[in-house]
Amino acid sequence: MLAHRTDEEYRIMLQGWLQIGLTLALIVAITPIFGGYIARVYLGQKTLLDRVFQPIERLMFRLSGVKPETQMNGWQYARAILYSNLAMAILLFAILMLQGVLPLNPTGLGAPTWDTALHTTISFITNTNQQHYSGETTLSYFSQILGLGFMFFTSAATGIAVAIAFIRGLTGRPLGNFYVDLTQAITRILLPISIVGTLLLVAAGVPETLSGPIVVPTLEDPNLRQAIALGPVAHFEIIKQLGENGGGFFAINSAHPFENPNGFSNLIQTLAMISIPTSMIYTYGVIANNRKQAWLVFGMVFIIYVGFIIVTAIGEYQGNPLVNSILGSAQPNLEGKEVRFGWAQSALFAVTTTGTMTGAVNSMHDSFMPTGGFVLLSNLFLQIIWGGQGTGTAYLFSYLILAVFVTGLMVGRTPEFLGRKIEKSEVVLTSFLLLLVHPLFVLIPGAIALAFPDQLAGISNPGFHGLAQVMYEYASATANNGSGFEGLADSQPAPTALWWNLSTSLSLLGGRYIPIVALLILADGMSRKQPVPFTTGTLRTDTILFTSVTAGVILIMGALTFFPILALGPIAEGFLLAKGG
Amino acid sequence: MNPIREITKAIRATLVLWLLVAVIYPFAMLAISQAAFSYQANGSPLKNPQGQTIGSALIGQPFTSDRYFNSRPSSTSYSTADPNQDTAGILKTGVSGATNLAPSNPALLDRINGKTDPDPKKAIAGDLPRLQKAGIKPTADLLYTSGSSLDPHITPEAARAQVQRISAARNLPTNRVELLIVQNTDDRFLGIFGEPGINVLKLNLALDNLR
Amino acid sequence: MKSTTSQPPQPDDTTRKRRSPKADTSGLYKSAVRDAFVKLDPRVAVGNPVMFLVWVGTIVTLLVTIDPNIFGTVDADPNRQRLLNGLITIILFFTVIFANFAEAVAEGRGKAQADTLRSSRSDTIARKVLPDGSIGQVSSTELRKGDRVKVALGETIPADGEVVAGVASVDESAITGESAPVLKQPGTDIASSVTGGTRVVSDELTIQITADPGQGFIDRMIALVEGAKRSKTPNEIALTVFLAVLTQVFLIVVATLSPLANYVRTPISIAILVALLVALIPTTIGGLLSAIGIAGMNRVSQFNVIATSGRAVEACGDVNTLILDKTGTITLGNRLADEFIPVNGHSVQEVAAVALAGSLFDETPEGKSIVQLAEKLGANLDFVGGGTLDEMRARSEGVDFSARTRMSGTDLPNDIEIRKGAIDAIRGFVRSRGGNIPDEFDAAYERVSRLGGTPLGICQNGDLYGVIYLKDVVKAGLRERFDQLRRMGVRTIMLTGDNRITASVIAQEAGVDDFIAEATPEDKIDVIKREQSEGKLVAMTGDGTNDAPALAQANVGVAMNSGTQAAKEAANMVDLDSDPTKLIDLVAIGKQLLITRGALTTFSIANDIAKYFAIIPTIFAAAGIGALNIMGLKNPQSAILAALIYNALIIPALIPLALNGVKFRPLTADQLLQRNILLYGLGGVIAPFIAIKIIDVLIPI
Repeated sequence: MLAHRTDEEYRIMLQGWLQIGLTLALIVAITPIFGGYIARVYLGQKTLLDRVFQPIERLMFRLSGVKPETQMNGWQYARAILYSNLAMAILLFAILMLQGVLPLNPTGLGAPTWDTALHTTISFITNTNQQHYSGETTLSYFSQILGLGFMFFTSAATGIAVAIAFIRGLTGRPLGNFYVDLTQAITRILLPISIVGTLLLVAAGVPETLSGPIVVPTLEDPNLRQAIALGPVAHFEIIKQLGENGGGFFAINSAHPFENPNGFSNLIQTLAMISIPTSMIYTYGVIANNRKQAWLVFGMVFIIYVGFIIVTAIGEYQGNPLVNSILGSAQPNLEGKEVRFGWAQSALFAVTTTGTMTGAVNSMHDSFMPTGGFVLLSNLFLQIIWGGQGTGTAYLFSYLILAVFVTGLMVGRTPEFLGRKIEKSEVVLTSFLLLLVHPLFVLIPGAIALAFPDQLAGISNPGFHGLAQVMYEYASATANNGSGFEGLADSQPAPTALWWNLSTSLSLLGGRYIPIVALLILADGMSRKQPVPFTTGTLRTDTILFTSVTAGVILIMGALTFFPILALGPIAEGFLLAKGG
Repeated sequence: MNPIREITKAIRATLVLWLLVAVIYPFAMLAISQAAFSYQANGSPLKNPQGQTIGSALIGQPFTSDRYFNSRPSSTSYSTADPNQDTAGILKTGVSGATNLAPSNPALLDRINGKTDPDPKKAIAGDLPRLQKAGIKPTADLLYTSGSSLDPHITPEAARAQVQRISAARNLPTNRVELLIVQNTDDRFLGIFGEPGINVLKLNLALDNLR
Repeated sequence: MKSTTSQPPQPDDTTRKRRSPKADTSGLYKSAVRDAFVKLDPRVAVGNPVMFLVWVGTIVTLLVTIDPNIFGTVDADPNRQRLLNGLITIILFFTVIFANFAEAVAEGRGKAQADTLRSSRSDTIARKVLPDGSIGQVSSTELRKGDRVKVALGETIPADGEVVAGVASVDESAITGESAPVLKQPGTDIASSVTGGTRVVSDELTIQITADPGQGFIDRMIALVEGAKRSKTPNEIALTVFLAVLTQVFLIVVATLSPLANYVRTPISIAILVALLVALIPTTIGGLLSAIGIAGMNRVSQFNVIATSGRAVEACGDVNTLILDKTGTITLGNRLADEFIPVNGHSVQEVAAVALAGSLFDETPEGKSIVQLAEKLGANLDFVGGGTLDEMRARSEGVDFSARTRMSGTDLPNDIEIRKGAIDAIRGFVRSRGGNIPDEFDAAYERVSRLGGTPLGICQNGDLYGVIYLKDVVKAGLRERFDQLRRMGVRTIMLTGDNRITASVIAQEAGVDDFIAEATPEDKIDVIKREQSEGKLVAMTGDGTNDAPALAQANVGVAMNSGTQAAKEAANMVDLDSDPTKLIDLVAIGKQLLITRGALTTFSIANDIAKYFAIIPTIFAAAGIGALNIMGLKNPQSAILAALIYNALIIPALIPLALNGVKFRPLTADQLLQRNILLYGLGGVIAPFIAIKIIDVLIPI
């Protein structure tokens, strides 16, 4: 399968690994700086931006009637999230449905169908940004800027707030006040970086305009016209990445040259989508005053992440054997990939976007080799290869709790984490959250869709890949990722769109709010427990040994639940390709 | 706290945040971008010597004739349409999209190899026969469709494979063509990040401008 | 205790009593087999969600054995289907039976012990003191709290009670296994409490009954060891929930597998789905979980300790702080003469001789030890005329110790008065006889105090001879055990009525982490509360009524069986041997219980990898993933049966481990985790690969 490679090809391959390696180095370098900053913000310590933002925050609190010093318990915090998210969802749904009469609509688009509007609303409020529509043909600038753009900030900030409340609870502090955490996530983290990022992206070539598409005659055939969609993309793009949102301004997301025109913009986007989840682990380390544990957990995820990148990148680099035999040499699989990103940046971006639950794509995941498909699906199933904005970090530490529970007994004490006993309610919440939500909202609807492939599924690729496509869609929805193995007939006016819109809406909601409530109740319970002093008889969770045990628990639990899908999806497809189709 | 007060607070906070991030932030960014980066902010338009906008420096266009460097196959034909037959409304909004074909999908090989069918509507021309007919040694980027369907680039190998044909069709010395390729290559960022690509539209425009 | 059971090293085995009340285990396995079938009753089975699901699965496979097409038509040859489905049914049925058997064996062990206890409780005729003072014959079951009964030589005490009159020896071997009779008398707190079912072997007692029928100590013990009142511990509940969640996950996985398989055109039958489900759900730990818990309590009772709840045993493993009484727990309880320190120009030999003479009539352990030490130093009675000790006794008169004089001694012929006793008392005696007190005397006794010893002054009339150094002797091997405890993260605090200096010396010698000197019983409860406020779990022993509040406050309170009824009721464990050192062993048993549970959980879950790799690739071989069949199993039928047979057999294979507990070593948490994760985690991944391959080779399908 692998033809002999020339020196030139080796050089290209090394160049690919070099850019991946350097990006990873940048990620590691950013983590302690940014993570430390986030910790300072939430520990109420002085930061550089205090002078600018404190008065603004104070004004915002006054306008919204929030008393910043009021502490919330777990249920209050959860209710605040649910109420505010509901208010935001209603606002967005109204904007979408009234799109036809609202301004900033240069292409004169009408309202989307109710189910598309509903799915889009739920998808964006849950930080998922699964898109069953094409941005340029469905949504007006008003809907994008004042509707979706709003969710970019608030859904991401909600995730950050949950993570902070969770970390506070684990470390025995009161959970805090949701509105304060939400506001500060925006004013101190998301907004300042977005402002700088917008300008960098505009400079790189991303449009930022209110004018409509321009139509030009093509160079080759003046009778043929090209429509070039424009819009206020840059300010949208940066927060799309930074907030792990991923909902593209255009249908084709970060593969679109106007969203992501070159290597520079791609680097910014890659760093933007991964820097908060990586840094949040370090933030935990600062708040828990255990940087060693933070680095160990970081290291554990990092190793899996790098392993996944390597597997994916090798698959894409080696290319499709069926096509290689036509080409007469092994060439990278460029189906659905842009020349300017090539196999290396496409693989890196794909693993990062599925791992971090961003869901933006700079290449088409559906067209990845089975090795890549395996990794991307695994990312969605595991949900902690950095994981969602804030929630990923909380999941990670929930996995630590679960690992403590399963293996901690083996040191001869009932399990405890950070000096707090892991008892029934913790086990119910973590095991439900980590083990049951996914099967409930991925396997069950997926199985229903596959049971009626013609009536419900509308699958574009046959066989094993079709199975993977369906499961990917629900996993992406439940994990609040939003990327797709696309190719499903899930957009109106396809007859199967209604099924997809409604069934994935359920997965989106289940995958978002059940875990959030569970995490907050878990954290609340932990914060109220009498801490147990640390002795040599206590299981240390900040050791390489325990971190490895946790990795084992994560991989086994993930593998056990999803092994059949992986086996009948990408693995079977891989064997099929290997034997020549 | 009673639920009414909690809900009121949620609504007020929603509106305040909306004002900040969905109104103030985007319009401030629009104003600054338009002022500071007017060219990029408006889509990096590419103009011919007559001053007409003929495209964007960042968006590819379909090229299949011998006189031009061929661009990559595109599932949307680079968001183009005949204005008289634009039933899908492509020219109204502009589109982007990909094939989303899995590596194992027989349709992928059919698209590359072409397929004969008694029903001419089901027959597929195939990119490989097209390239072979044009005498271009196929490279991966010329067989595979791009992600956006708007990819402005082809790989240096794909460009080199077309030099002979272009110089013959245009009656140009090959080194002249090769120079143009170098001039229209977008390199990696800092020489590290991304892959070098030849901007086909800019290159072909430069070819036309030689006249 | 069986030799296969591992226990922490016991340095002073000889001093430890380990006799259990003899239990008849002959019919144990037979009745366990019977019980295994009785437990198939769905109303019982539903209590264990994991095994209940297997039971339901068995019925489903039975149905498809009878009619393979019952849930829709199957393509394959129905007879071949029937054979496979039938085999699956049988294996699943045995999986359930094995799990039931494990539980039944564990319960059976407890029952056997309970039967022995119960035999001692059989109804007896009690002689009740009626209101008018006369004696009436009533059945022991008619006795109520507050009734008074008379029990004479040879009679069985009808119920728990307090001795209100009489002095008698009582044989408590029925509950303690200790054959030596115990003296019981009223008003002495400890010695006044008697237990129903024990026998008076001398004299007569009048007893006030303190427990209604069925509420007595033995009744409670019976109920406990039988498991009748056994409720799940918090950790068991949490684990059950976790296993239930895992089971639900696999239920969803398997239930949704059918449409997936159909979609890629590799349909699978109901029986195979059930087989896959059973292979994946954690049957190993699900089947053994309750046996582990019961066995943990049994292990405690084999140690002759009755735990009132499994929770108490679990808490033993979690204990952070042990509060130990110095006397009887850390030290032997008796001080022994260690050195003679002469003053006033006397030689050691002279002091020894005087001490020997002064202890002629002293029958206390201290007195005997003085005699021993003096004889070791070659002392004799030549200075008062020589002769053997007995001859001298005949010629002299002993002076007993009394709380008022605080000294004892011997009055020898020729008005020689030898006295030994508390420093102040001797000082007074010497002065009263006209002698003087040299400074070196103060120096000598202060040195003894500093060393943690008890100084006794010794004098002959007005002549002060010196100081006898009585030393508190720390039990052998305790230091090592405290070191082990420290490694396991358990702190030890010694409580003593001694002064600070004495206490600190003993504390250092015994190697405890902390001590409380001049402690009153009330101090105990303060220490416990202080430790608990820091989140620590505290264990302590006690026997007196004034220990009761502290026993109740402690997370693990172990009452000595020799103690009062109040203490026993307040405690959550009762040590039948009344050996306070056992607290240390209880910590190890608690940890062993938790480790066993954790190890089998980990093992059970780790097993799933191999089962997946056995079943999925073979049943989906048609989908082209046969290459994942890394074990090279023969065919789908053989793979499924091999995985299921392994799944069934691993339960009985692990019963001994579940009942006896995993090997416990006093290591730090990190070392334990490392050791156990390799053994049970990695072992759990690898072992089934080997076992399933072997079974696959062996079965002829």
